[in-house]
Amino acid sequence: MRKAVWRQRSVVLSPGYMNTQKRGNALLVRLSGELDLVTAPQFRSQVDGELANHDYLRHIILNLTQVKFIDSSGLGAILGRYKEVQGRGGKLVIVGAVPQVQQIFAVSGVLKLVEMCQSEKQAFEIIR
Amino acid sequence: MESKSAVTNHVRMEFPSLAENVAFARTAVAVFAAQLDFTLEELDEVKVAVSEAVSNCVIHAYAETVGTVVIEMAILNADTLQITVRDQGRGIKNVDQALEPTYTTLPEERMGLGLAFINMYMDEVVLDSTVGVGTTVHMKKQKAGEKD
Repeated sequence: MRKAVWRQRSVVLSPGYMNTQKRGNALLVRLSGELDLVTAPQFRSQVDGELANHDYLRHIILNLTQVKFIDSSGLGAILGRYKEVQGRGGKLVIVGAVPQVQQIFAVSGVLKLVEMCQSEKQAFEIIR
Repeated sequence: MESKSAVTNHVRMEFPSLAENVAFARTAVAVFAAQLDFTLEELDEVKVAVSEAVSNCVIHAYAETVGTVVIEMAILNADTLQITVRDQGRGIKNVDQALEPTYTTLPEERMGLGLAFINMYMDEVVLDSTVGVGTTVHMKKQKAGEKD
């Protein structure tokens, strides 16, 4: 049992640790783990699948509260999804980025493109 | 045998250029770096730099093939971390161009920020590359409190 908990907190963001829910015209995505060369394609594939299958989705709310690390692969995957919803006239809102993630967003200029907030409730108010 | 005080601590590791090893590499380097009492923020910066360097080996140097990535790390002067990431992949045609932020040779979504992040987060970065021979990224980071 203890070993299973350790694995859950390890570096791998397996598909099981990404959860998506459709709320109105928004796709709520909750991630945990690390977003890098291995996990970014999983994120990209699952979100793109949801968007492709549901034309009414205009916004993405991305809860990164449990994401402890991101690099340029993860950043690129998020930016790619931003472009997708931008093309639909929607927004991408980031919830709860930890300092390492915030810094990557800041130095790459991504903060000029996406909005950030501290709770999912605030995020839904932003897209309302 | 040498006395303990005369030894510079160092580690060398090598592994195949599989994406699954990117997380292993940055974590291993961060564990090694932690003996310098870096702040958590500095350790995160080291992790980003290593993640980008090794990701470049996987994506660019070896591309559709799998080769060997070698990482050497050492503690210099008890206050500086030195990391070398080496591949024997296809090399970079134009190093200056590769160092420009947002330059990328691939149409996917890494934004060309990998080397920019390495430059941003490490104190010294030297990129040696020869087409057809391989690429070596030399990086150094000093503890914040020790910088001039």
